[in-house]
Amino acid sequence: MKQTVKALLTACGVLASALGVGAGTTPAHAQAKTITLCWAAWDPANALVELSKDFTAKTGVGMKFEFVPWTNYADRFLNELNSHGSLCDLIIGDSQWIGGAAENGQYVKLNDFFKKEGISMDDYMPATVVGYSEWPKNSPNYWALPAMGDAVGWTYRKDWFARPEIQADFKAKYGRDLAVPKTLDELRDIAKFFQGREIDGKKVYGASIYTERGSEGITMGVSNYLYDYGFQYQDPKKPYSMDGFVNSPGAVKGLEAYKELYKCCTPPGASNSYMSEGLDAFKSGQVALQMNFFAFFPGLYKDPNVGGDKIGFFGNPAGPATQATQLGGQGISVVSYSKNQGEALQYIKWFSGGDVQKKWWALGGYSCAKSVLNDPGFPNSAPFAGEFLKSMGMVVDFWAEPSYAQLLQAEQKRVHDFVVADKGTAQEALDGLVKDWKAIFKEEGKKF
Amino acid sequence: MNDLSTSSQITYQAVPIRPGTIRRIRGLSDQALAWLFITPTIVLLLAINIFPLVWTIYLSFTNYRANRANAPTIWLGADWYQSILTDPDIWAAMQVTAHFVVWTVLIETVLGFGLAFLIDKKFRGHGLWTTIILLPMMLSPAVVGNFWTFLYQPQIGLFNYVVAFFTGREASSFQMLGDVTLSPWAIVIVDAWMWTPYVMLICLAGLRSIPDYIYEAAEVDRASNWRQFWSITLPMALPFIMLAVLFRGIENFKMFDMVNLLTGGGPGSTTEVASITLKRAAFESWRTGYSSAFAIILFVTVFGLANIYVKALNRVKSR
Repeated sequence: MKQTVKALLTACGVLASALGVGAGTTPAHAQAKTITLCWAAWDPANALVELSKDFTAKTGVGMKFEFVPWTNYADRFLNELNSHGSLCDLIIGDSQWIGGAAENGQYVKLNDFFKKEGISMDDYMPATVVGYSEWPKNSPNYWALPAMGDAVGWTYRKDWFARPEIQADFKAKYGRDLAVPKTLDELRDIAKFFQGREIDGKKVYGASIYTERGSEGITMGVSNYLYDYGFQYQDPKKPYSMDGFVNSPGAVKGLEAYKELYKCCTPPGASNSYMSEGLDAFKSGQVALQMNFFAFFPGLYKDPNVGGDKIGFFGNPAGPATQATQLGGQGISVVSYSKNQGEALQYIKWFSGGDVQKKWWALGGYSCAKSVLNDPGFPNSAPFAGEFLKSMGMVVDFWAEPSYAQLLQAEQKRVHDFVVADKGTAQEALDGLVKDWKAIFKEEGKKF
Repeated sequence: MNDLSTSSQITYQAVPIRPGTIRRIRGLSDQALAWLFITPTIVLLLAINIFPLVWTIYLSFTNYRANRANAPTIWLGADWYQSILTDPDIWAAMQVTAHFVVWTVLIETVLGFGLAFLIDKKFRGHGLWTTIILLPMMLSPAVVGNFWTFLYQPQIGLFNYVVAFFTGREASSFQMLGDVTLSPWAIVIVDAWMWTPYVMLICLAGLRSIPDYIYEAAEVDRASNWRQFWSITLPMALPFIMLAVLFRGIENFKMFDMVNLLTGGGPGSTTEVASITLKRAAFESWRTGYSSAFAIILFVTVFGLANIYVKALNRVKSR
């Protein structure tokens, strides 16, 4: 009888393994409790899984992960938060969610916890604290610990740039050396130069840029042009006053420049591209330049076909007005509906540790801690580290208001209509955007 | 005889009814019994259909947002209805929907009936062909959406290569999903590919229901094939065709999944059908009151049109 029971249990165990029961949890030993961390499914998430094994080893608290592709990330997790779901104990939520999550009581306020545990926001890069932790902005109310610093940057085919015949062609055409672009005009020239060119018997294209319509893609892309050309979300002296800032003459030119880049220099069929499409285009050797978040750069650098000596990195070039870039990245928060808040806070405390932050960077995550970023050796610790540091000093973020999703949708529609669907003029698109945003803020009861 | 009596005994033994129960059921009137049987269905309907509908109607008059459940709910009257019905973006979405519904239903009906007519001829291997034709409708819309996204890819997609082969244009010189003119047709093609077999199936049922003796009588009267088609086949299959049109019309009016996968409503808002606008308002912007009003408007539109259509269908059937 004993033998039969034993055999049955073994069979059940084998069946459970075969069915993948328990997949996604940290392995092996008996754990007191398991907490779930929710994030996007991308390279840094894999690094976090690796890193979190140390947490489990140290505390005995098991980790389970819920990763969702970027295109469904906001839908999935905002639904979860709005329905007061307790799936996620910890969430690495997008920077723009913080206003809504704070005001709707979805995140646990961390001020008291930080004070008790001696975690200081002065130990993190200021832009990441404002972008990922604070609501209202620039006030000492913290809802997250800066977890994953990120910004939009560019990659280029260093090996193509280095070829003498290509360099000679470029110099003959533009009268200057083919080098990393310092301005958006230079970037456009380079993209134009490569568009349709034959390299190694294969037709290649200029640049892969963000044009995705459904979630946030084109907004994350066009912002890099708009900021550089003088776009501002509001009058710095009069909050929510947008006329002449969102639709300033500079912003109109920025939008036109982005459309010009899309029309002249992107591969065929790039009308709905975001992060993964950009990666595909670059990895398959289709494009000379790629716009994408720094988070992907460690993975690209390791790519056997286009990584190593073949790839170079640079921050968003300057425009006529300034040099800025779109903030990416996220903070880590404790979900207020979690039944395991104690363990979740324990994780945050552990994650804030200096050694953990160093290991986080070493594994492929982007630490926001000054102890890592201000280390003299940091700029040379990876080929993209210096550019990342520079970019984090010039980041601008989208609205983080509770109504951010509506504001984002309005921009997605207006910009995509103009850039991809050729509807109206840039001025009309931005005037329309001001109208939409005013209506949204009016509905929110804002005065401007 | 013996067998029958044995089985009767077994039946009575298997379902023992206590005398008290029999008395209680016997004591119920027919009406009470009827209520007893239909109550579970009514409760279920009220819970999953009627209550959500009434609740949606209520929400459509308020400023309620599902992501801010604790905020005070303000009664807005018909404000949302007014703003939706005067919003040019909503009308644009309705136009896109109308374009999609009209063209898909038209193409699917013509092709579906044509295929059914051919299959009905019972040529050699018609069973195999029927199965092959039915394959697309057995696939999940998610699979179809992703599959056609690849087919439409300008550089590696088969669709562009086929067009290039017949027209001599360069395959990567046009993009079905990213072009303002072509993208509405791209989604029509995919829907027609997937759902023409469904229309064919319904039409085939109609054609098979026509008794052979009618054709035999027509043969005796020396009616030509053309005359038989117009005077027998089409009129007798018409109720089935109209039914297929109704089903496809309703389905495509609320089309979401495939369009979302293929174009996400883009480029710009070129293929943004009403259901995509509704989903964005409801689950991205969390304007629950507004989206409830929009859902009610769509419901009334479909319900009204379907009712008019069903009346016409009944008139055709009674002829």
